[in-house]
Amino acid sequence: MGAACAFLWVHAAMAQNPKTDGWMLSPGVVGTMVLLAIVLFIGALIIAAKVSRLLEQNKEKQAATSETSISEEERIKRKLAAQYKLRGDELGGTATAFDDKALIAGATSEPNNPLVEEKLYSRTRLEVPKQLQQLVIWYLGAATFWLIFGTAVGEYLGLKFIWPDLDEVAWLSFGRLRPVHTNTVFWGWASMAMIGLAYFVIARTSVTKIHSYKTGWWAFGLINLSVIVGNILLMAGINNGGGEYREYIWPAMLPFALGLILTFRNFYATVKRRKIPEIYVSNWYLLASLVWTIVLTIIGYLPFYQGGMGETIVQGYYMHMGVGMWFMTFTLGLIYYYLPSSLNKPIYSYSLGVLAFWTQMLFYTLIGTHHFIYSPLPWWLQTVAIVFSMGMFIPVIAGTTNFLMTMRGSWSAIGKSYVLPFFLVGVIFYFVGSSQGSFQAFRFTQNIWHFTDFNVAHSHMTMYGIICFILWACIYALLPKMTGREPSQLLVGAHFWLAFIGLFAYTVSLMAGGSVKGIAWMNGVSFIDTVIATRGYWTWRAVGGTLMFVSHCIFAWNFYIMVHNPLPPVASQVRKPIPTEQ
Amino acid sequence: MINFHKDHATLVNVALMGFVLLSTGVAVAPSFNMQDNNGPLPDMPVMTAQERRGLDVYVAEGCIACHTQQVRNIEMDKTWGTRPSIPSDYYYSKQRPDIWRNTPSLLGSERTGPDLTNVGVRKGSEAWQMLHLYNPRLVEKYSIMPRYGWLFREVDSTAVKEGDVTLAVSAENLSHPGKVVIATERAKDLVAYMISLKQAPLPEGLAPEDFIGSRSDGGAMAASAASGATAAVDGGRVFTSVCAACHQPDGKGLPGAFPALAGAELVNEKDPLKMVDIVLGGYDGLPQYGPMPSQAHLSDEEIAAVINYVRSNFGNDAPPTDAETVKTQRAVIAPETVQR
Repeated sequence: MGAACAFLWVHAAMAQNPKTDGWMLSPGVVGTMVLLAIVLFIGALIIAAKVSRLLEQNKEKQAATSETSISEEERIKRKLAAQYKLRGDELGGTATAFDDKALIAGATSEPNNPLVEEKLYSRTRLEVPKQLQQLVIWYLGAATFWLIFGTAVGEYLGLKFIWPDLDEVAWLSFGRLRPVHTNTVFWGWASMAMIGLAYFVIARTSVTKIHSYKTGWWAFGLINLSVIVGNILLMAGINNGGGEYREYIWPAMLPFALGLILTFRNFYATVKRRKIPEIYVSNWYLLASLVWTIVLTIIGYLPFYQGGMGETIVQGYYMHMGVGMWFMTFTLGLIYYYLPSSLNKPIYSYSLGVLAFWTQMLFYTLIGTHHFIYSPLPWWLQTVAIVFSMGMFIPVIAGTTNFLMTMRGSWSAIGKSYVLPFFLVGVIFYFVGSSQGSFQAFRFTQNIWHFTDFNVAHSHMTMYGIICFILWACIYALLPKMTGREPSQLLVGAHFWLAFIGLFAYTVSLMAGGSVKGIAWMNGVSFIDTVIATRGYWTWRAVGGTLMFVSHCIFAWNFYIMVHNPLPPVASQVRKPIPTEQ
Repeated sequence: MINFHKDHATLVNVALMGFVLLSTGVAVAPSFNMQDNNGPLPDMPVMTAQERRGLDVYVAEGCIACHTQQVRNIEMDKTWGTRPSIPSDYYYSKQRPDIWRNTPSLLGSERTGPDLTNVGVRKGSEAWQMLHLYNPRLVEKYSIMPRYGWLFREVDSTAVKEGDVTLAVSAENLSHPGKVVIATERAKDLVAYMISLKQAPLPEGLAPEDFIGSRSDGGAMAASAASGATAAVDGGRVFTSVCAACHQPDGKGLPGAFPALAGAELVNEKDPLKMVDIVLGGYDGLPQYGPMPSQAHLSDEEIAAVINYVRSNFGNDAPPTDAETVKTQRAVIAPETVQR
């Protein structure tokens, strides 16, 4: 694999004059096809296993019935055996049964929901300080609100591709609303959920209480303020120049930056007074992610070097690091705690986690310019970005291996849990989505896919397939343990499958539509004809988007069930508590 | 001895320093370099105050979400310009407008709509730009661009003042029949900016960078214009990409805005010279229609091909012209575009 990758990127970096005739054989396209094949192969394997089991059972049944050559004596014996019925008192005699634990009366052959297999319930209760519990629930509550709002906007935008005349209101026009969607799900939903979940991790893995709850509440207010003010300004037509994910003007983004600084101080002070000598690897990711994002926001907004093409370099750097250093790094930190704790076993390799950490910093930071391949930016900068995009395989493979090896041996637990499937999807997309992004950075694949809907598919595969699924997994893992309230398993299942199928419809249609468009452009088809050719794919995108949005509404209901009126912990079920006093 | 596992201060500081160092090398330092080593091309017109206000509207309405402004140095982007974009092209437009807002991110990352680097050349007609903003589907049936009605006002025909730009919107497309649509100042600014978007010529003696890659089937029209290719030009294709926006794919035009070519007297004249002159020099002779901008950016072969296409389609029937005629007329009508 490593050698193949090395070959692929050397080949691509040297190919300065790509021919378009053999586009099917270009390394980026081949790589993407391989990734798709892996997903298809796993799917086919699961289906094949199921089918072969069915056939096997059928065969056994037939074999059992076709047996004929038996003696008369044997036949009578069997007949009698088949007719034998238990009297019911063979073990207990005729004495009256005591059933004060309702073991017999409570048994049923009809589970609560007849549609799906029943999953395990969350048996453990964690005694969490009241203040921490409230802080986490409010962060996650705000996140859920922004998820619904942000994806409602996204859904509406998706419909505008099919019905451009849906409205003629300046505040709802596509150009103004698009950044409202992206910024809301970034800074509102994902960021709030991440920080809320991290508060628990920081306290738990440092075996101490949070340094200052008050600081936590200040950051909560500041970040929400940023999203509210920023969105209103965007809809009013006041933005920062259209650079993606920094569309909020600096006065609107300032509260967000302050919120991050406060959060960092709070986390750092908490880790500093940990009761154990080691810093758990989750906290490496969480602390570093905050530091990197604070630096990133400052670099992204300082004006001194952003005239002319300077702005473009910073734009590529900012938009990629926003995703890579904030959402991805932070979420990895969350996985390193919530995945092993859900499986009730340690992480497979601490060292792999550390390797992934440093390579994440080294490789990710250098690849921003791959958003501007063939642009007027310096050729060397583009090449550096492409080469290090391939370097991204190291942290991605290290991380994926670590998570899958942690799951190994517990595969049966996945079917029995309503949390682990979210983790599995998140981890698979971590590998597929990130690798696909690296292949997309090749110069040749940029010809086909850049500027097309393929980009939109990629960002949903990663921000949704990785980040959202992992965040949901963590939320479903944490909240029942904290509040004692479990969501309906049927509704968690509905959330999972609608989001998963919706995401597939969304990304596959846009990947196909984007490829069709890009190849048509390469062949000189007139622009409007490529718009017409994409309409069917946009319809499928809207279908997928609708499924995703419905799943978010179900999630919001599940969230409400998990947090309203929390139960007091039952002493016998409580695990080692987080100390409430220092 | 450094121990990241137990020393939180070292861990955080090393992560911070590493990131700052890498960021400086890959973002801040190159940005300073690109910002400071840049200047306008000698033949580049300075941006007017109105065009700058138009750029503000362009940014505020989020046009950047769907429109790029960069001609990449690859074959497929020849459709959007005659040469790959260079940093100097953005000298006037990519400047910080005020203390509140950053430099516009004009290069863009999505091409849901066409690239606009050279739109002032392709779609230089103010009347077309206005109608297209008011309702894109009036001029391009399959467009999915939003309508920008809030950049226009409907007024009584008596309220139209001297200097107002009125739009030729037919009655069934008005929300209040009998009214007249006029452009607001913001619409006028935006259209002025759009029409100003033209690739400036490189200084004499400086050859543009080559486009990378090659297509086997000939190439876009701009390609043949740049290289003077003699391959047969498809007049229908030129018509679709250049003329159809105003005169419509069926050649019937838009009543009140753009004249019909189908059955037009001028098109069917035996002598093609007048038509050649109009394509080369533009035309403003019909008071009921908007002015037509010059199309001299097309090559002689392309102009001859598209004229022949129009004269033999849409029910028209007139004798053809040739590239030689166009070449002769170009020297008279548009001498500044004669190939050096």
